[in-house]
Amino acid sequence: MSVTTTESPAVLASPLQLARPPQETLRWLKETGGRLALAATGLILPLLLLGLWQYAVEHQWLAVQILPPPQLVWESLRDLWQSGDLQSNIQISLSRIGWSSLIGISAGVLLGLALGVSRTFRAYVYPTFHVVSQFPVVGWIPLLIIFLGIGEALKIAAITLAVVVPVTVQTYKGIANIPRVLLEVARVYRYSFAQVIWRVVLPAALPALFSGVRQGVMQAWLSLVFVELLASSEGIGYLMVWGRQLLQLDLVVVGIIIIGLVGVVLDLALRWLEGRLQGWRRAAF
Amino acid sequence: MSDIAVSRHPLWWLHPAAVPKRLRGWVIPALLLLLWWAAFRFNWSDSALLVPISKVWQTAERLSSSGELWTALYASLRRDLAGFAIGTLVGLLVGAALGLSRLLEGLVGPTLNTLKQISLFAWIPLISMWFGLGDAAKVAFLSLAAFFPVVLNTFEGIRSVPPELIEAARVFGYRRDQILRRVVLPAALPSIFTGVYLALIYAWLATLGAEYLLTSGAGIGNLLTDGREHFWMDYVLLGIVIVGLVGFALNWIASRFEARLLRWRGHSTAQF
Repeated sequence: MSVTTTESPAVLASPLQLARPPQETLRWLKETGGRLALAATGLILPLLLLGLWQYAVEHQWLAVQILPPPQLVWESLRDLWQSGDLQSNIQISLSRIGWSSLIGISAGVLLGLALGVSRTFRAYVYPTFHVVSQFPVVGWIPLLIIFLGIGEALKIAAITLAVVVPVTVQTYKGIANIPRVLLEVARVYRYSFAQVIWRVVLPAALPALFSGVRQGVMQAWLSLVFVELLASSEGIGYLMVWGRQLLQLDLVVVGIIIIGLVGVVLDLALRWLEGRLQGWRRAAF
Repeated sequence: MSDIAVSRHPLWWLHPAAVPKRLRGWVIPALLLLLWWAAFRFNWSDSALLVPISKVWQTAERLSSSGELWTALYASLRRDLAGFAIGTLVGLLVGAALGLSRLLEGLVGPTLNTLKQISLFAWIPLISMWFGLGDAAKVAFLSLAAFFPVVLNTFEGIRSVPPELIEAARVFGYRRDQILRRVVLPAALPSIFTGVYLALIYAWLATLGAEYLLTSGAGIGNLLTDGREHFWMDYVLLGIVIVGLVGFALNWIASRFEARLLRWRGHSTAQF
Protein backbone atom coordinates (compact mmCIF):
# COMPACT_ATOMS: atom_id res chain seq x y z
CA MET A 1 0.00 0.00 0.00
CA SER A 2 2.62 2.47 1.10
CA VAL A 3 4.71 1.75 -1.95
CA THR A 4 1.92 2.60 -4.35
CA THR A 5 1.07 5.79 -2.55
CA THR A 6 4.66 6.96 -2.65
CA GLU A 7 5.19 5.99 -6.27
CA SER A 8 2.01 7.03 -7.95
CA PRO A 9 2.55 10.77 -7.41
CA ALA A 10 6.00 10.35 -8.91
CA VAL A 11 4.53 8.78 -12.02
CA LEU A 12 1.87 11.41 -12.23
CA ALA A 13 4.39 14.15 -11.73
CA SER A 14 6.64 13.00 -14.53
CA PRO A 15 5.58 14.15 -18.02
CA LEU A 16 3.47 11.69 -19.99
CA GLN A 17 6.01 11.49 -22.80
CA LEU A 18 8.57 10.14 -20.42
CA ALA A 19 6.21 7.69 -18.79
CA ARG A 20 5.19 6.14 -22.07
CA PRO A 21 8.28 4.82 -23.83
CA PRO A 22 9.37 2.35 -21.13
CA GLN A 23 5.86 0.91 -21.11
CA GLU A 24 5.87 0.54 -24.86
CA THR A 25 9.29 -1.01 -24.97
CA LEU A 26 8.13 -3.37 -22.27
CA ARG A 27 5.10 -4.34 -24.27
CA TRP A 28 7.22 -4.65 -27.41
CA LEU A 29 9.67 -6.86 -25.53
CA LYS A 30 6.82 -8.94 -24.19
CA GLU A 31 5.28 -9.36 -27.62
CA THR A 32 8.55 -10.21 -29.33
CA GLY A 33 9.42 -12.53 -26.50
CA GLY A 34 6.02 -14.18 -26.87
CA ARG A 35 6.53 -14.51 -30.58
CA LEU A 36 10.01 -15.93 -30.14
CA ALA A 37 8.75 -18.37 -27.53
CA LEU A 38 5.96 -19.39 -29.91
CA ALA A 39 8.41 -19.91 -32.77
CA ALA A 40 10.65 -21.88 -30.45
CA THR A 41 7.74 -24.12 -29.41
CA GLY A 42 6.97 -24.67 -33.05
CA LEU A 43 10.53 -25.85 -33.62
CA ILE A 44 10.44 -28.46 -30.85
CA LEU A 45 8.55 -31.08 -32.83
CA PRO A 46 10.58 -30.86 -36.06
CA LEU A 47 13.83 -31.01 -34.08
CA LEU A 48 12.52 -33.97 -32.12
CA LEU A 49 11.60 -35.76 -35.35
CA LEU A 50 14.98 -34.95 -36.86
CA GLY A 51 16.67 -36.32 -33.76
CA LEU A 52 14.59 -39.48 -33.92
CA TRP A 53 15.43 -39.84 -37.60
CA GLN A 54 19.17 -39.49 -36.93
CA TYR A 55 18.92 -41.87 -33.97
CA ALA A 56 17.03 -44.46 -36.02
CA VAL A 57 19.63 -44.27 -38.76
CA GLU A 58 22.55 -44.55 -36.35
CA HIS A 59 21.08 -47.59 -34.68
CA GLN A 60 20.12 -49.07 -38.07
CA TRP A 61 16.49 -49.61 -37.27
CA LEU A 62 15.63 -49.51 -40.95
CA ALA A 63 17.50 -50.11 -44.19
CA VAL A 64 19.08 -47.10 -45.89
CA GLN A 65 16.78 -47.64 -48.89
CA ILE A 66 13.79 -47.10 -46.63
CA LEU A 67 15.20 -44.39 -44.42
CA PRO A 68 18.18 -42.45 -45.78
CA PRO A 69 20.31 -40.63 -43.20
CA PRO A 70 19.55 -36.90 -42.90
CA GLN A 71 23.12 -36.18 -43.87
CA LEU A 72 22.74 -38.06 -47.17
CA VAL A 73 19.61 -36.04 -47.97
CA TRP A 74 21.49 -32.84 -47.23
CA GLU A 75 24.41 -33.92 -49.42
CA SER A 76 22.10 -34.87 -52.33
CA LEU A 77 20.41 -31.52 -52.00
CA ARG A 78 23.76 -29.75 -52.11
CA ASP A 79 25.03 -31.83 -55.04
CA LEU A 80 21.88 -31.25 -57.05
CA TRP A 81 22.10 -27.55 -56.33
CA GLN A 82 25.76 -27.28 -57.25
CA SER A 83 25.31 -29.20 -60.50
CA GLY A 84 22.42 -26.92 -61.41
CA ASP A 85 20.01 -29.85 -61.91
CA LEU A 86 17.78 -28.69 -59.12
CA GLN A 87 17.47 -25.13 -60.42
CA SER A 88 16.74 -26.24 -63.98
CA ASN A 89 14.06 -28.69 -62.85
CA ILE A 90 12.44 -26.13 -60.55
CA GLN A 91 12.53 -23.61 -63.36
CA ILE A 92 10.78 -26.02 -65.73
CA SER A 93 8.08 -26.78 -63.18
CA LEU A 94 7.57 -23.12 -62.37
CA SER A 95 7.33 -22.11 -66.01
CA ARG A 96 4.64 -24.76 -66.50
CA ILE A 97 2.75 -23.31 -63.55
CA GLY A 98 3.24 -19.79 -64.89
CA TRP A 99 1.92 -20.46 -68.37
CA SER A 100 -0.99 -22.55 -67.17
CA SER A 101 -1.95 -19.96 -64.57
CA LEU A 102 -1.82 -17.22 -67.17
CA ILE A 103 -4.06 -19.10 -69.60
CA GLY A 104 -6.30 -20.47 -66.87
CA ILE A 105 -6.81 -17.17 -65.08
CA SER A 106 -7.59 -15.29 -68.32
CA ALA A 107 -10.04 -17.95 -69.44
CA GLY A 108 -11.58 -18.24 -65.99
CA VAL A 109 -12.06 -14.48 -65.57
CA LEU A 110 -13.65 -14.18 -69.02
CA LEU A 111 -15.94 -17.14 -68.42
CA GLY A 112 -16.84 -15.99 -64.92
CA LEU A 113 -17.49 -12.47 -66.18
CA ALA A 114 -19.76 -13.76 -68.94
CA LEU A 115 -21.61 -16.01 -66.48
CA GLY A 116 -22.00 -13.21 -63.99
CA VAL A 117 -23.06 -10.47 -66.40
CA SER A 118 -25.30 -12.21 -68.93
CA ARG A 119 -28.33 -14.05 -67.68
CA THR A 120 -28.85 -15.74 -71.04
CA PHE A 121 -25.27 -16.98 -71.24
CA ARG A 122 -25.62 -18.28 -67.70
CA ALA A 123 -28.81 -20.17 -68.54
CA TYR A 124 -27.13 -21.92 -71.45
CA VAL A 125 -23.65 -22.55 -70.13
CA TYR A 126 -23.83 -22.78 -66.35
CA PRO A 127 -25.44 -26.25 -66.07
CA THR A 128 -22.83 -27.78 -68.37
CA PHE A 129 -20.02 -25.93 -66.61
CA HIS A 130 -21.31 -27.04 -63.24
CA VAL A 131 -21.36 -30.70 -64.25
CA VAL A 132 -17.93 -30.54 -65.89
CA SER A 133 -16.42 -28.75 -62.90
CA GLN A 134 -17.53 -31.55 -60.60
CA PHE A 135 -15.14 -34.00 -62.24
CA PRO A 136 -11.77 -34.14 -60.57
CA VAL A 137 -8.97 -32.93 -62.87
CA VAL A 138 -7.30 -36.29 -62.41
CA GLY A 139 -10.30 -37.90 -64.13
CA TRP A 140 -9.69 -36.03 -67.37
CA ILE A 141 -6.05 -36.93 -67.64
CA PRO A 142 -6.41 -40.27 -69.50
CA LEU A 143 -8.58 -38.56 -72.09
CA LEU A 144 -6.09 -35.70 -72.38
CA ILE A 145 -3.23 -38.18 -72.79
CA ILE A 146 -5.03 -39.91 -75.65
CA PHE A 147 -5.62 -36.66 -77.48
CA LEU A 148 -2.50 -34.71 -76.60
CA GLY A 149 0.11 -37.38 -75.96
CA ILE A 150 2.37 -37.07 -72.94
CA GLY A 151 4.24 -33.97 -74.06
CA GLU A 152 4.20 -30.41 -72.86
CA ALA A 153 0.67 -29.87 -74.20
CA LEU A 154 -0.69 -32.43 -71.73
CA LYS A 155 0.89 -30.69 -68.77
CA ILE A 156 -0.27 -27.25 -69.77
CA ALA A 157 -3.80 -28.50 -70.53
CA ALA A 158 -4.17 -30.47 -67.30
CA ILE A 159 -2.83 -27.67 -65.11
CA THR A 160 -4.86 -25.02 -66.92
CA LEU A 161 -8.01 -27.06 -66.33
CA ALA A 162 -7.21 -27.06 -62.63
CA VAL A 163 -6.92 -23.25 -62.62
CA VAL A 164 -9.98 -22.43 -64.73
CA VAL A 165 -12.60 -23.97 -62.45
CA PRO A 166 -11.92 -22.12 -59.18
CA VAL A 167 -11.22 -18.83 -60.95
CA THR A 168 -14.47 -19.05 -62.91
CA VAL A 169 -16.54 -20.03 -59.88
CA GLN A 170 -15.13 -17.27 -57.68
CA THR A 171 -15.38 -14.57 -60.36
CA TYR A 172 -18.97 -15.53 -60.97
CA LYS A 173 -19.76 -15.56 -57.25
CA GLY A 174 -18.00 -12.24 -56.76
CA ILE A 175 -20.13 -10.66 -59.45
CA ALA A 176 -23.32 -12.27 -58.20
CA ASN A 177 -22.66 -10.77 -54.75
CA ILE A 178 -22.11 -7.20 -55.95
CA PRO A 179 -24.49 -4.94 -54.03
CA ARG A 180 -27.34 -3.85 -56.27
CA VAL A 181 -26.85 -0.28 -55.07
CA LEU A 182 -23.50 -0.01 -56.82
CA LEU A 183 -25.02 -0.97 -60.14
CA GLU A 184 -27.87 1.47 -59.62
CA VAL A 185 -25.43 4.29 -58.95
CA ALA A 186 -23.60 3.37 -62.15
CA ARG A 187 -26.91 3.55 -63.99
CA VAL A 188 -27.64 6.96 -62.50
CA TYR A 189 -24.28 8.18 -63.79
CA ARG A 190 -25.15 6.67 -67.19
CA TYR A 191 -22.05 4.54 -67.36
CA SER A 192 -21.56 2.65 -70.60
CA PHE A 193 -21.41 -1.15 -70.46
CA ALA A 194 -17.59 -1.09 -70.65
CA GLN A 195 -17.47 1.47 -67.84
CA VAL A 196 -19.76 -0.62 -65.67
CA ILE A 197 -17.55 -3.67 -66.17
CA TRP A 198 -14.28 -1.79 -65.72
CA ARG A 199 -15.20 0.59 -62.91
CA VAL A 200 -17.87 -1.26 -60.95
CA VAL A 201 -18.01 -4.98 -61.65
CA LEU A 202 -14.31 -5.84 -61.74
CA PRO A 203 -13.24 -3.79 -58.69
CA ALA A 204 -16.17 -5.11 -56.64
CA ALA A 205 -15.52 -8.69 -57.69
CA LEU A 206 -11.76 -8.41 -57.27
CA PRO A 207 -11.43 -9.88 -53.76
CA ALA A 208 -13.48 -12.95 -54.67
CA LEU A 209 -11.66 -13.18 -57.97
CA PHE A 210 -8.35 -13.11 -56.22
CA SER A 211 -9.35 -15.80 -53.78
CA GLY A 212 -10.23 -17.85 -56.87
CA VAL A 213 -6.78 -17.13 -58.28
CA ARG A 214 -5.18 -18.27 -55.03
CA GLN A 215 -7.19 -21.51 -55.01
CA GLY A 216 -6.43 -21.95 -58.70
CA VAL A 217 -2.68 -21.60 -58.34
CA MET A 218 -2.65 -24.00 -55.39
CA GLN A 219 -4.69 -26.50 -57.44
CA ALA A 220 -2.28 -25.97 -60.31
CA TRP A 221 0.60 -26.86 -58.04
CA LEU A 222 -1.20 -30.04 -56.98
CA SER A 223 -1.92 -31.09 -60.57
CA LEU A 224 1.56 -30.18 -61.74
CA VAL A 225 3.16 -32.59 -59.30
CA PHE A 226 0.66 -35.28 -60.30
CA VAL A 227 1.23 -34.86 -64.03
CA GLU A 228 4.98 -34.76 -63.60
CA LEU A 229 4.90 -37.95 -61.57
CA LEU A 230 2.67 -39.64 -64.14
CA ALA A 231 4.39 -38.68 -67.37
CA SER A 232 7.41 -36.45 -67.56
CA SER A 233 11.07 -36.37 -68.44
CA GLU A 234 11.94 -33.20 -66.58
CA GLY A 235 10.67 -31.11 -63.72
CA ILE A 236 10.65 -31.53 -59.99
CA GLY A 237 8.16 -34.43 -60.09
CA TYR A 238 10.36 -36.27 -62.53
CA LEU A 239 13.30 -35.89 -60.16
CA MET A 240 11.28 -37.84 -57.60
CA VAL A 241 10.24 -40.56 -60.06
CA TRP A 242 13.88 -40.91 -61.02
CA GLY A 243 14.96 -41.24 -57.40
CA ARG A 244 12.20 -43.77 -56.81
CA GLN A 245 13.35 -45.88 -59.76
CA LEU A 246 16.96 -45.81 -58.61
CA LEU A 247 15.75 -46.70 -55.11
CA GLN A 248 17.46 -43.54 -53.89
CA LEU A 249 15.08 -42.31 -51.28
CA ASP A 250 17.29 -39.31 -50.55
CA LEU A 251 16.30 -37.89 -53.96
CA VAL A 252 12.64 -38.49 -53.15
CA VAL A 253 13.00 -36.68 -49.83
CA VAL A 254 14.81 -33.81 -51.54
CA GLY A 255 11.88 -33.61 -53.97
CA ILE A 256 9.39 -33.48 -51.11
CA ILE A 257 11.36 -30.74 -49.37
CA ILE A 258 11.57 -28.66 -52.53
CA ILE A 259 7.89 -29.14 -53.30
CA GLY A 260 7.04 -28.10 -49.76
CA LEU A 261 9.27 -25.02 -49.98
CA VAL A 262 7.83 -23.92 -53.32
CA GLY A 263 4.34 -24.49 -51.90
CA VAL A 264 5.11 -22.30 -48.88
CA VAL A 265 6.60 -19.56 -51.06
CA LEU A 266 3.66 -19.63 -53.49
CA ASP A 267 1.19 -19.49 -50.62
CA LEU A 268 2.99 -16.62 -48.88
CA ALA A 269 3.34 -14.64 -52.10
CA LEU A 270 -0.33 -15.02 -52.92
CA ARG A 271 -1.39 -14.16 -49.36
CA TRP A 272 0.81 -11.08 -49.45
CA LEU A 273 -0.74 -10.00 -52.76
CA GLU A 274 -4.21 -10.64 -51.40
CA GLY A 275 -3.42 -8.59 -48.30
CA ARG A 276 -2.19 -5.71 -50.46
CA LEU A 277 -5.33 -5.96 -52.51
CA GLN A 278 -7.57 -5.81 -49.48
CA GLY A 279 -5.57 -2.91 -48.12
CA TRP A 280 -6.27 -1.08 -51.35
CA ARG A 281 -9.91 -1.95 -51.04
CA ARG A 282 -10.26 -0.57 -47.54
CA ALA A 283 -8.56 2.61 -48.64
CA ALA A 284 -10.85 2.94 -51.60
CA PHE A 285 -14.14 2.77 -49.79
CA MET B 1 -42.58 -7.75 -76.14
CA SER B 2 -39.04 -8.57 -77.07
CA ASP B 3 -40.17 -12.11 -77.90
CA ILE B 4 -42.50 -10.84 -80.55
CA ALA B 5 -39.85 -8.56 -82.01
CA VAL B 6 -37.44 -11.47 -82.18
CA SER B 7 -39.92 -13.88 -83.75
CA ARG B 8 -40.46 -11.57 -86.71
CA HIS B 9 -36.98 -12.18 -87.95
CA PRO B 10 -36.72 -15.21 -90.30
CA LEU B 11 -33.98 -16.71 -88.15
CA TRP B 12 -35.70 -15.88 -84.85
CA TRP B 13 -35.31 -19.44 -83.64
CA LEU B 14 -31.54 -19.01 -83.61
CA HIS B 15 -31.81 -16.22 -81.08
CA PRO B 16 -30.74 -17.29 -77.58
CA ALA B 17 -33.99 -15.95 -76.12
CA ALA B 18 -36.07 -18.24 -78.36
CA VAL B 19 -35.42 -21.31 -76.21
CA PRO B 20 -37.72 -21.74 -73.22
CA LYS B 21 -35.89 -20.94 -70.00
CA ARG B 22 -36.14 -24.39 -68.52
CA LEU B 23 -34.56 -26.08 -71.52
CA ARG B 24 -31.63 -23.71 -71.93
CA GLY B 25 -29.28 -25.74 -69.78
CA TRP B 26 -29.81 -28.77 -72.00
CA VAL B 27 -28.91 -27.06 -75.26
CA ILE B 28 -25.13 -27.48 -75.05
CA PRO B 29 -25.17 -31.14 -73.95
CA ALA B 30 -27.75 -31.92 -76.64
CA LEU B 31 -25.67 -30.20 -79.31
CA LEU B 32 -22.56 -32.08 -78.23
CA LEU B 33 -24.37 -35.41 -78.36
CA LEU B 34 -25.80 -34.53 -81.75
CA LEU B 35 -22.34 -33.64 -83.02
CA TRP B 36 -20.97 -36.91 -81.71
CA TRP B 37 -23.78 -38.87 -83.33
CA ALA B 38 -23.46 -36.99 -86.62
CA ALA B 39 -19.73 -37.68 -86.76
CA PHE B 40 -20.61 -41.37 -87.19
CA ARG B 41 -23.71 -41.06 -89.23
CA PHE B 42 -21.84 -39.10 -91.88
CA ASN B 43 -18.37 -40.65 -91.45
CA TRP B 44 -16.54 -37.46 -90.70
CA SER B 45 -13.49 -39.21 -89.39
CA ASP B 46 -11.89 -42.64 -89.59
CA SER B 47 -9.93 -42.14 -86.39
CA ALA B 48 -10.10 -45.04 -83.99
CA LEU B 49 -10.39 -42.45 -81.25
CA LEU B 50 -13.89 -41.61 -82.31
CA VAL B 51 -16.10 -44.32 -80.90
CA PRO B 52 -19.89 -44.34 -81.21
CA ILE B 53 -22.02 -43.76 -78.13
CA SER B 54 -23.52 -47.21 -78.63
CA LYS B 55 -20.09 -48.77 -78.25
CA VAL B 56 -19.55 -47.10 -74.90
CA TRP B 57 -22.91 -48.47 -73.82
CA GLN B 58 -22.04 -51.96 -75.08
CA THR B 59 -18.75 -51.87 -73.23
CA ALA B 60 -20.58 -50.82 -70.10
CA GLU B 61 -22.98 -53.77 -70.49
CA ARG B 62 -20.20 -56.24 -71.24
CA LEU B 63 -18.03 -55.15 -68.33
CA SER B 64 -20.94 -55.05 -65.96
CA SER B 65 -22.23 -58.52 -66.87
CA SER B 66 -18.73 -59.99 -66.61
CA GLY B 67 -18.47 -58.36 -63.19
CA GLU B 68 -15.24 -56.57 -64.10
CA LEU B 69 -16.83 -53.18 -63.67
CA TRP B 70 -18.27 -54.00 -60.27
CA THR B 71 -15.00 -55.45 -59.01
CA ALA B 72 -13.22 -52.29 -60.05
CA LEU B 73 -15.86 -50.02 -58.56
CA TYR B 74 -15.97 -52.00 -55.34
CA ALA B 75 -12.18 -51.96 -54.99
CA SER B 76 -12.02 -48.21 -55.59
CA LEU B 77 -14.88 -47.35 -53.27
CA ARG B 78 -13.63 -49.60 -50.51
CA ARG B 79 -10.19 -48.03 -50.41
CA ASP B 80 -11.68 -44.58 -50.85
CA LEU B 81 -13.93 -45.03 -47.83
CA ALA B 82 -11.25 -46.77 -45.74
CA GLY B 83 -8.79 -43.94 -46.34
CA PHE B 84 -11.49 -41.34 -45.81
CA ALA B 85 -12.57 -42.92 -42.52
CA ILE B 86 -9.06 -43.18 -41.11
CA GLY B 87 -8.01 -39.73 -42.26
CA THR B 88 -11.19 -38.07 -41.02
CA LEU B 89 -11.08 -39.77 -37.63
CA VAL B 90 -7.46 -38.86 -36.99
CA GLY B 91 -8.09 -35.38 -38.38
CA LEU B 92 -11.03 -34.81 -36.03
CA LEU B 93 -9.05 -35.94 -33.00
CA VAL B 94 -5.94 -33.93 -33.83
CA GLY B 95 -7.95 -30.89 -34.89
CA ALA B 96 -9.98 -30.96 -31.67
CA ALA B 97 -6.86 -31.37 -29.55
CA LEU B 98 -5.15 -28.44 -31.30
CA GLY B 99 -8.26 -26.32 -31.04
CA LEU B 100 -8.70 -26.91 -27.32
CA SER B 101 -5.08 -26.57 -26.23
CA ARG B 102 -2.91 -23.56 -26.96
CA LEU B 103 0.16 -25.51 -25.94
CA LEU B 104 -0.47 -28.29 -28.46
CA GLU B 105 -1.22 -25.69 -31.11
CA GLY B 106 2.15 -24.07 -30.48
CA LEU B 107 3.90 -27.43 -30.57
CA VAL B 108 2.25 -29.07 -33.56
CA GLY B 109 0.63 -26.24 -35.50
CA PRO B 110 3.68 -24.87 -37.36
CA THR B 111 4.82 -28.35 -38.42
CA LEU B 112 1.34 -29.20 -39.65
CA ASN B 113 1.05 -25.94 -41.56
CA THR B 114 4.35 -26.62 -43.29
CA LEU B 115 3.46 -30.20 -44.17
CA LYS B 116 0.13 -28.99 -45.54
CA GLN B 117 1.97 -26.99 -48.19
CA ILE B 118 3.55 -30.11 -49.65
CA SER B 119 1.54 -30.91 -52.73
CA LEU B 120 -0.42 -34.07 -51.92
CA PHE B 121 0.86 -36.27 -54.71
CA ALA B 122 4.46 -35.60 -53.73
CA TRP B 123 3.96 -38.13 -50.94
CA ILE B 124 3.29 -40.94 -53.39
CA PRO B 125 6.91 -41.86 -54.24
CA LEU B 126 7.77 -41.94 -50.54
CA ILE B 127 4.67 -43.92 -49.61
CA SER B 128 5.29 -46.39 -52.42
CA MET B 129 8.81 -47.01 -51.11
CA TRP B 130 7.51 -47.59 -47.62
CA PHE B 131 4.26 -49.45 -48.24
CA GLY B 132 4.70 -50.92 -51.73
CA LEU B 133 2.16 -50.58 -54.52
CA GLY B 134 -0.75 -52.42 -52.92
CA ASP B 135 -3.79 -51.44 -50.94
CA ALA B 136 -1.82 -50.49 -47.84
CA ALA B 137 0.02 -47.75 -49.72
CA LYS B 138 -3.18 -46.45 -51.31
CA VAL B 139 -5.11 -46.36 -48.05
CA ALA B 140 -2.19 -44.62 -46.33
CA PHE B 141 -2.14 -42.00 -49.07
CA LEU B 142 -5.91 -41.53 -48.99
CA SER B 143 -5.84 -41.08 -45.23
CA LEU B 144 -3.30 -38.32 -45.69
CA ALA B 145 -5.49 -36.71 -48.35
CA ALA B 146 -8.52 -36.75 -46.03
CA PHE B 147 -6.56 -35.77 -42.92
CA PHE B 148 -5.46 -32.26 -43.87
CA PRO B 149 -8.80 -30.61 -44.68
CA VAL B 150 -10.44 -32.17 -41.61
CA VAL B 151 -7.71 -31.16 -39.18
CA LEU B 152 -7.57 -27.57 -40.43
CA ASN B 153 -11.30 -27.00 -40.50
CA THR B 154 -11.90 -28.66 -37.14
CA PHE B 155 -9.22 -26.46 -35.62
CA GLU B 156 -10.63 -23.33 -37.26
CA GLY B 157 -14.14 -24.25 -36.22
CA ILE B 158 -13.25 -24.65 -32.57
CA ARG B 159 -11.10 -21.53 -32.50
CA SER B 160 -13.76 -19.36 -34.05
CA VAL B 161 -16.45 -20.19 -31.48
CA PRO B 162 -17.52 -16.74 -30.24
CA PRO B 163 -16.05 -16.14 -26.75
CA GLU B 164 -19.36 -14.58 -25.63
CA LEU B 165 -21.03 -17.97 -26.02
CA ILE B 166 -18.48 -19.60 -23.75
CA GLU B 167 -18.76 -16.76 -21.24
CA ALA B 168 -22.52 -17.13 -21.22
CA ALA B 169 -22.13 -20.85 -20.62
CA ARG B 170 -19.78 -20.13 -17.71
CA VAL B 171 -22.30 -17.74 -16.26
CA PHE B 172 -24.85 -20.55 -16.37
CA GLY B 173 -22.36 -22.66 -14.46
CA TYR B 174 -21.76 -25.25 -17.18
CA ARG B 175 -19.03 -27.74 -16.48
CA ARG B 176 -16.16 -28.12 -18.97
CA ASP B 177 -17.66 -31.19 -20.64
CA GLN B 178 -21.03 -29.45 -20.85
CA ILE B 179 -19.45 -26.43 -22.49
CA LEU B 180 -17.77 -28.70 -24.99
CA ARG B 181 -20.89 -30.66 -25.80
CA ARG B 182 -23.48 -27.90 -25.74
CA VAL B 183 -21.54 -24.84 -26.89
CA VAL B 184 -18.28 -25.62 -28.64
CA LEU B 185 -19.43 -28.63 -30.64
CA PRO B 186 -22.61 -27.10 -32.09
CA ALA B 187 -20.82 -23.84 -32.90
CA ALA B 188 -17.90 -25.61 -34.56
CA LEU B 189 -20.00 -28.16 -36.42
CA PRO B 190 -20.51 -26.25 -39.69
CA SER B 191 -16.78 -25.71 -40.09
CA ILE B 192 -16.04 -29.31 -39.15
CA PHE B 193 -18.49 -30.37 -41.80
CA THR B 194 -16.79 -28.25 -44.41
CA GLY B 195 -13.63 -30.16 -43.58
CA VAL B 196 -15.28 -33.57 -43.82
CA TYR B 197 -16.92 -32.56 -47.08
CA LEU B 198 -13.61 -31.43 -48.55
CA ALA B 199 -12.04 -34.64 -47.29
CA LEU B 200 -14.63 -36.67 -49.19
CA ILE B 201 -13.87 -34.80 -52.41
CA TYR B 202 -10.11 -34.96 -51.91
CA ALA B 203 -10.22 -38.65 -51.04
CA TRP B 204 -11.97 -39.44 -54.31
CA LEU B 205 -9.50 -37.35 -56.28
CA ALA B 206 -6.66 -39.05 -54.44
CA THR B 207 -8.16 -42.51 -55.04
CA LEU B 208 -7.96 -41.95 -58.77
CA GLY B 209 -4.52 -40.42 -58.55
CA ALA B 210 -3.22 -43.27 -56.42
CA GLU B 211 -4.64 -45.82 -58.84
CA TYR B 212 -2.90 -44.16 -61.77
CA LEU B 213 0.43 -43.82 -60.02
CA LEU B 214 0.46 -47.08 -58.05
CA THR B 215 -0.75 -49.37 -60.77
CA SER B 216 -1.57 -52.65 -59.17
CA GLY B 217 -4.82 -54.41 -58.35
CA ALA B 218 -8.27 -53.45 -59.52
CA GLY B 219 -9.96 -50.08 -59.54
CA ILE B 220 -11.64 -47.48 -61.70
CA GLY B 221 -8.31 -45.74 -62.15
CA ASN B 222 -6.81 -48.98 -63.47
CA LEU B 223 -9.73 -49.32 -65.88
CA LEU B 224 -8.91 -45.87 -67.20
CA THR B 225 -5.20 -46.65 -67.39
CA ASP B 226 -5.91 -49.84 -69.33
CA GLY B 227 -8.12 -47.99 -71.76
CA ARG B 228 -5.55 -45.27 -72.25
CA GLU B 229 -2.68 -47.68 -72.85
CA HIS B 230 -4.60 -49.64 -75.48
CA PHE B 231 -6.32 -46.58 -76.95
CA TRP B 232 -9.73 -48.01 -76.08
CA MET B 233 -11.77 -44.85 -76.08
CA ASP B 234 -14.87 -46.66 -74.91
CA TYR B 235 -13.07 -47.74 -71.73
CA VAL B 236 -11.80 -44.24 -71.09
CA LEU B 237 -15.15 -42.58 -71.64
CA LEU B 238 -16.93 -45.15 -69.51
CA GLY B 239 -14.34 -44.64 -66.79
CA ILE B 240 -14.78 -40.87 -66.84
CA VAL B 241 -18.55 -41.18 -66.64
CA ILE B 242 -18.23 -43.49 -63.63
CA VAL B 243 -15.73 -41.15 -61.96
CA GLY B 244 -18.22 -38.31 -62.39
CA LEU B 245 -21.16 -40.35 -61.16
CA VAL B 246 -19.33 -41.51 -58.04
CA GLY B 247 -18.23 -37.94 -57.36
CA PHE B 248 -21.82 -36.75 -57.67
CA ALA B 249 -23.12 -39.53 -55.45
CA LEU B 250 -20.56 -38.78 -52.74
CA ASN B 251 -21.37 -35.08 -52.94
CA TRP B 252 -25.06 -35.73 -52.71
CA ILE B 253 -24.75 -38.05 -49.73
CA ALA B 254 -22.52 -35.56 -47.93
CA SER B 255 -24.86 -32.63 -48.56
CA ARG B 256 -27.91 -34.64 -47.39
CA PHE B 257 -26.05 -35.67 -44.29
CA GLU B 258 -24.95 -32.12 -43.63
CA ALA B 259 -28.45 -30.75 -44.13
CA ARG B 260 -29.76 -33.30 -41.64
CA LEU B 261 -27.16 -32.68 -38.98
CA LEU B 262 -27.36 -28.91 -39.30
CA ARG B 263 -31.15 -28.83 -39.60
CA TRP B 264 -31.47 -26.78 -36.43
CA ARG B 265 -29.57 -23.94 -38.09
CA GLY B 266 -31.88 -23.79 -41.06
CA HIS B 267 -34.35 -21.18 -39.86
CA SER B 268 -31.94 -18.75 -38.34
CA THR B 269 -29.93 -18.48 -41.55
CA ALA B 270 -33.03 -18.28 -43.68
CA GLN B 271 -34.19 -15.21 -41.78
CA PHE B 272 -31.20 -13.10 -42.74
